[in-house]
Amino acid sequence: MVNLEMSNDVTVTLPRIQERIPTVVVDDAHVVYRVHKGSAGNTSPVAAVKRMVTRTKAPNVRVVHAVRGVTFTAYRGEAIGLIGTNGSGKSTLLRAIAGLLPVEQGAVYTQGQPSLLGVNAALLNDLPGERNVTLGCLAMGMSPAEVRRKLPEIIEFSGINQRGDFASLPMRTYSSGMSARLRFSIAAAKQHDVLLIDEALATGDKAFRKRSEQRVRELRESAGTVFLVSHQLSSVRDTCERTIWLESGEIRMDGPTAEVLTAYEAFTNGK
Amino acid sequence: MANLLADPDSGLTPAQLAARHGLRVAGERPSLGAYSGQLWRYRHFISAYSHAKLTASFSNARLGQLWQVLTPLTNAAVYYLIFGLVLEQDRGMDNFIAYLTTGLFIFNFTQTSVHQGTQAISGNLGLIRALHFPRAALPLAITATQFQQLLGSIVVLVAIVTATGEPITLMWLMLMPAVLLQTIFNAGLTMVMARLGAKATDLKQVMPFVLRAWMYGSGVLYSVNLFAENLPGWATAVVQFNPMLVYIELARISLLENTHLLNDSLPLTWLIALGWAVVAGLGGYLYFWRGEQEYGRG
Repeated sequence: MVNLEMSNDVTVTLPRIQERIPTVVVDDAHVVYRVHKGSAGNTSPVAAVKRMVTRTKAPNVRVVHAVRGVTFTAYRGEAIGLIGTNGSGKSTLLRAIAGLLPVEQGAVYTQGQPSLLGVNAALLNDLPGERNVTLGCLAMGMSPAEVRRKLPEIIEFSGINQRGDFASLPMRTYSSGMSARLRFSIAAAKQHDVLLIDEALATGDKAFRKRSEQRVRELRESAGTVFLVSHQLSSVRDTCERTIWLESGEIRMDGPTAEVLTAYEAFTNGK
Repeated sequence: MANLLADPDSGLTPAQLAARHGLRVAGERPSLGAYSGQLWRYRHFISAYSHAKLTASFSNARLGQLWQVLTPLTNAAVYYLIFGLVLEQDRGMDNFIAYLTTGLFIFNFTQTSVHQGTQAISGNLGLIRALHFPRAALPLAITATQFQQLLGSIVVLVAIVTATGEPITLMWLMLMPAVLLQTIFNAGLTMVMARLGAKATDLKQVMPFVLRAWMYGSGVLYSVNLFAENLPGWATAVVQFNPMLVYIELARISLLENTHLLNDSLPLTWLIALGWAVVAGLGGYLYFWRGEQEYGRG
């Protein structure tokens, strides 16, 4: 919490927005995982029965305190980068904001329903890309007429048809880059109040990355808030003007991207 | 901490700021009314998803959608071979083939719904973690998929029933409300199984045995009169409230001419069928809704 002043600086460096409307308020949030380690420890049937008889807990449940007391407020029109070394709690924080993980302590308040867009969000692999687009759009609450109108646009944006007609092939035939691009395109087709992007921009090729960065900028201008988790500092620099640096589940720094990235680079290089 | 909140709202705690701008707690469970409204708005998703599942389920098979008819037929043939020809359960029955296939197809409708219901949440975690929609859409889509499968089976069933010499009567119309009540019952049960299966992952291993036992208790493979003949009185009284027995008996009495109900009373049988549909349908929906904020976590 060294950088309290810095977060106030943000309001000065940001382009002036008439009224600052908060879209995400995170108040001293703690997230705790209870991990089932699976194969670790004594997993023989005899040991399992013994545990049942003696009523001891399975030894393979471990508690991981992934986010420790994070507090910040995000406003409409902001794009916020979340950076930090592996395991610093970035993705966990995003999932807590999306309402997919309960907070142990503190609270997360959001406007509307934030959408989490991650590279590991699978659609139905046995179905063609087109059908997945339709399903995804309906699942985001679009009307069938709206879906029909947007379908060609989404396929075009994802660029999966660049190597022939892939849109009508099952998604299991896609390369990992192609399906990640399609997922991003589906999620980005809708106007979200809060869009949470987890490393998604890092997957596509250069041309797609350009397009998606452009799209993130559009989404932001039409009054949404975008969170971007990425290890690609360049894409954070290009899309976000505010950055939060998480380390071991705590905010290490929160401020203008340039300053935070400089400090972060110094930190990672010095390691 | 309050000075983390920038200028216009300075002096407010995060909670006050959130309340002032109408922010909601992330992942909060909507009220029952709001949830039902959401679900109604997602009806197009439910139908599209169930249709997609139906297409995908046979997408790897060369005969494709033909399996929708072939699977129940083959199933009926195997059971007829064992229970009809080898064990001679058809003794004293007018039309064992039609009796058996009706029971099998009706039971299969519930069996598959329940079995797939256990994986409605755990098998769709990718979708659940990526997108927000009322989760009840998933078990409901499973019921809808199975209902479409049943319609295919009923075409086969009608062909078998007429081919084995049953007359076409007005009683056949009774099949519609019977199947409708069973569908509501299935939807409720599927939602219960979906919530249970989301937490207790061992359920998937247990369900085949439970379902098998249920099938033997529903008079699918042999005459229901065997219950009355071989079980003590109280056990027969319990068995006649078995929802699957009731739905199967209603289907049989509409399609087959010489069938006897276990409790000899058609109004009572309808009452039990209706009761189960209401209890399972409403109860299952409430139970599923109460767990809404848990799905996809962990």
